[in-house]
Amino acid sequence: MAETGTPAIGQPVRRREDFRFLTGQGTYTDDINRPGQLYAYILRSPHANARIAGLDTGAAASAAGVAAVYTGKDMAADGIGGLPCGWQIHSKDGSPMHEPAHPVIAVDRVRHVGDQVAVVIADTLVHARDAAELIRIDYVVEPATADASEALKPGAPLVWPEVPGNLCYDWHLGDPAATDAAMAKAARVVRLDLTNNRLVPNAMEPRAAIGDFDRATNEFTLFTTSQNPHVIRLLMGAFVLHIPEARLRVVAPDVGGGFGSKIYHYAEEAIVTWAAGKLKKPVKWTADRSESFMSDAHGRDHATHVELGVDGEGKFVALKVSTIANMGAYLSTFATCVPTYLYGTLLAGTYTTPVIYVETKAVFTHTVPVDAYRGAGRPEATYLLERIVDLAADELGIDPADLRRKNFIPADAFPYQTPVALQYDSGNYQATLDLATKAADYAGFETRRQEAAGRGKLRGIGIATYIEACGIAPSAVVGSLGARAGLFESAAVRVHPTGSVTILTGSHSHGQGHETTFAQLVADGLGVPMESIEIVHGDTAKIPYGMGTYGSRSLAVGGTAIVKAMDKIIAKGKKIAAHLLEAAEADIEFKDGNFSVAGTDRSKSIGEVALTAYVPHNFPHDELEPGLDETAFYDPKNFTYPSGAYIAEVEIDPDTGRVEIVNFNASDDFGRIINPMIVAGQVHGGLAQGIGQALLERCVYDKTSGQLLTGSYMDYTMPRADDLPAFALSTHATLCAHNPLGVKGCGEAGAIGAPAAISNAIVDALKPLGVRHVEMPVTPEKLWRVIQQHKTSLAAE
Amino acid sequence: MYEFTYHKPASLDDAAKLLANDEAKLVAGGMTLVPTLKQRLANPSDLVDLAAIGTLKGIKEEGGGLTIGAMTRHAEVQRSADVKRVIPALAALAGMIGDPAVRNRGTIGGSISNNDPAADYPAALVGLGATVVTTKREIGAEDFFTGLFETALAQDEIVTAVKFPKPQAAAYQKFKNPASRYAIVGVFVARTPGGVRVAVTGAGPCVFRVPEMEAALGKSFGADAIKDIAIPDDGLNSDIHASAEYRAHLVNVMARRAVASCA
Amino acid sequence: MQTSVSLTVNGKPVTATVEGRTLLVQLLRETLGLTGTHVGCDTSQCGACVVHVDGEAVKSCTLLAVQAAGRSVKTIEDVADGDTLHPMQEAFRDNHALQCGFCTPGMIMSALDLVKNNPEPTDREIREYLEGNFCRCTGYHNIVLAIKAGAAAMRGAKAAAE
Repeated sequence: MAETGTPAIGQPVRRREDFRFLTGQGTYTDDINRPGQLYAYILRSPHANARIAGLDTGAAASAAGVAAVYTGKDMAADGIGGLPCGWQIHSKDGSPMHEPAHPVIAVDRVRHVGDQVAVVIADTLVHARDAAELIRIDYVVEPATADASEALKPGAPLVWPEVPGNLCYDWHLGDPAATDAAMAKAARVVRLDLTNNRLVPNAMEPRAAIGDFDRATNEFTLFTTSQNPHVIRLLMGAFVLHIPEARLRVVAPDVGGGFGSKIYHYAEEAIVTWAAGKLKKPVKWTADRSESFMSDAHGRDHATHVELGVDGEGKFVALKVSTIANMGAYLSTFATCVPTYLYGTLLAGTYTTPVIYVETKAVFTHTVPVDAYRGAGRPEATYLLERIVDLAADELGIDPADLRRKNFIPADAFPYQTPVALQYDSGNYQATLDLATKAADYAGFETRRQEAAGRGKLRGIGIATYIEACGIAPSAVVGSLGARAGLFESAAVRVHPTGSVTILTGSHSHGQGHETTFAQLVADGLGVPMESIEIVHGDTAKIPYGMGTYGSRSLAVGGTAIVKAMDKIIAKGKKIAAHLLEAAEADIEFKDGNFSVAGTDRSKSIGEVALTAYVPHNFPHDELEPGLDETAFYDPKNFTYPSGAYIAEVEIDPDTGRVEIVNFNASDDFGRIINPMIVAGQVHGGLAQGIGQALLERCVYDKTSGQLLTGSYMDYTMPRADDLPAFALSTHATLCAHNPLGVKGCGEAGAIGAPAAISNAIVDALKPLGVRHVEMPVTPEKLWRVIQQHKTSLAAE
Repeated sequence: MYEFTYHKPASLDDAAKLLANDEAKLVAGGMTLVPTLKQRLANPSDLVDLAAIGTLKGIKEEGGGLTIGAMTRHAEVQRSADVKRVIPALAALAGMIGDPAVRNRGTIGGSISNNDPAADYPAALVGLGATVVTTKREIGAEDFFTGLFETALAQDEIVTAVKFPKPQAAAYQKFKNPASRYAIVGVFVARTPGGVRVAVTGAGPCVFRVPEMEAALGKSFGADAIKDIAIPDDGLNSDIHASAEYRAHLVNVMARRAVASCA
Repeated sequence: MQTSVSLTVNGKPVTATVEGRTLLVQLLRETLGLTGTHVGCDTSQCGACVVHVDGEAVKSCTLLAVQAAGRSVKTIEDVADGDTLHPMQEAFRDNHALQCGFCTPGMIMSALDLVKNNPEPTDREIREYLEGNFCRCTGYHNIVLAIKAGAAAMRGAKAAAE
């Protein structure tokens, strides 16, 4: 660590944020209470598709403690706008996507179970909830459609009358003619239909929001559980409530996990802010978990057909993918880019497949909006690719590891241009697969399979490699693809007169440990001790305009912004030091916190330079302004491309269909690692969510009524400690070639690679029965049925 | 939660009097009732807490078996040296209920009075041929559990204890719902002086015995003896976690495993 | 119906006015301002709300405040000794067993309950014991390591004191 004279970067520095969390001193949104605060209870639709024929709030409005009852019509009367979508996709024919209105509170019609119908605001939450029961609603319930494939069929109930066939857009990427031609010449075409199961993100902290209005200054403040407070300020201020930035402050304090679900601008944020302005009092809303299930954006929910063409040597010659993606009833903030540019562009994976074509139909259904959830598009791409590669290996009789090696982009081929738009800057897929196969004793597996068979268990081993595009994102690139935002990051480095340092970052930490990792960067970069560095984030009144945390971007983009701001500090410091040391600026070197004249022992510490900057008695006023405070905005040149190889080993109890994970080896390439302890934690968490998707988690709607059947932890299976194994991790670094730190990002990897590794291991275990595929989540009954069916058909042969 | 009036009577008589009101409800550990109230799925006028009635607590070895007070918590049964010695399968079963914090609050009396179809204790009571002692009478376990969330208890009748005879051997096998961790299927097998008993929870609307298995095991106590005894799936529970057919299959698997671990 | 309830919280006597339907966690968070105890679900499963009542881990979202009358409640705020972390808290920090921190108070309170009953738990016992505590960030790997290390440190401290 810096304080002991060794570099902080690369050290498993213990987290500075932990003390407050370990002692119950964290400040999450629901921990905040404002003087005179009122409480909002949101009445939600029990129906998936219904016309609101009548809505009588009279009795509720006059109930005990009630300050106001508002409906969608009240908001419309105030000229309140709808929730915006941040990314416009164009269909194959060039037409823009359908983008229906997204009212903050439903008007005339509800479109999913949980849709907002009215809000009751009262002196206590109990009064608000009691009063909500007095609201009389005359629903005319109509048929609903919850399944995206069904929703596309003629005659399916329409979510939006103006959207024929419920088709939001019909997008594609790649060269269909070239792909078909290559496929026609392939020695073998491997085909598979598969679904990517719908998930509920389930950050442990339920969403919450407090709107506040200051009558003296005419300013609004929103405290909210967000991953990106400036994005919320922009979307809510500009598009929904029409409040200029200078009068709207958004604070995202300690946030209890996000995983994507807290990126989006949600209705409740607008409701409490608007209501606070109307009532001139703070208004607080906190979701209970049941509300989270029916109002947080969900994840995944794809149905896909994939074809992989392979030549006589086992080389992949073409890949063709057709996907139906569920959008839910409304377009959430970034929903539209997930099954397109975060998905189709990843389909080369780690392989040299020369031609690829992907088409995605995005479909409206009577369900909660679907948006990015940890990995977002990349887990879906990796899952189908790694499943079809395993099937190809099986059909060709080639070992799955060997088939992958045969098709890997070689380590000396970077930069590598894929046929689906991305240019990978660095990687070594062979190296991570070698690490993983060695750690997993891949070669010795057959002995273990036989040993397990002796105990009546079916044992299997499965590999998945992955690549992800993260460090989101070059603004010009995403802008040309339809993004309605820039995706740079900001940082301000403020060196104080005594040499202590405050970093103001646009990244947001909700578990990622930025207060530690960023401090490590600064400790090394400026040569100051960790304890003299403070990291500030999450408050639009304090930090420069920042885009927040998602897409594994905080270090690659936010960290680089800090480096750029430190570069400016050092450049200015050199000028000041040159003046103080009466030397030429070109002769000043900066190292370990000291500006020195090259080849001499004359130097000034950064503290001395800072003091001079703020007490500028002897200062080059002709050249410089006083102060040592610099801001940088960094817009990345490219995505970053973490990659890796995961190997899962499972045992199946054929009597019950229960799967046990007996080994899990993950080998990742994240580029340079700043804090290996934190990186390992990120991988563990991603793996748990990926394993959850593979074995446990599924969001189930009744297909015709649209009722949410997994609306609580009684039915939605959260991974618990006893569901998961201990994880064995290793890393191999190839540095990112286009950011100064050489970092790539690690937050999503586990969730991307784990589902395919587990699925491949399960199918491998069942290979003796002739099983080709089992859909996720591989629940005990599903697996038991597959085993029964295949045993029966084997016996019949 | 709707508002109610809370009472903490010091005696069973006082508790019974409060229960004369049809809208009153008993609370023991509250591990089912409080979540139900939170969801506004029940609206009792009065809540009668049994926590102050000391006579309802404790585990006694009596007549070679065990008498367990209604307010005895699952964690106490799980850890009791007496239970582990006399009926170890009962201690093991108690240790599979809910999670540790739930076991620190939940009680045997509360569990059986609620008679959740996926609860564990009903399998033990029926499997061991236990007797439920109430403020009014003693009831055999099979007569006590009458249907889905239904028992033989009258509105003002309170369970005070459960008497378990000591079996020669017993074991419980549970296949947990992966989400709720209640039993998808739980099978309690006991060898008793009166014969072998097989009781199943989770699979149907209420705990039930499997006479065919009991007869087969009576002749030859081994897992193979029941290998081919299929449980009809008619009337079994079916949900997104397990169909009736799968539950019927699991009854056989769990029964065989219970028999095997009984030996 | 408003009623008065008296109990001990973190060693100090407390009297508060509550309704029959007030939950213990609401009394702690809203009346007493002890916001370290969290609410993560409404089905008594996630364990973010675990506190000790008379020395035993319970879910404070599933206990009425009136049911805690006369009892002694300990929350996460009373685990450290001033600025000195308890060995279990220190083990969580040292093993990076927390990320967003939301489940952490409940995890620590459950871990202490486990060690009280089982001073030397195995990995399997720890994983099984955590059936009632959800974490969405860590994948539990480091929590298992931390509880093992915390238990060892507590045994060491106990041995040193004897």
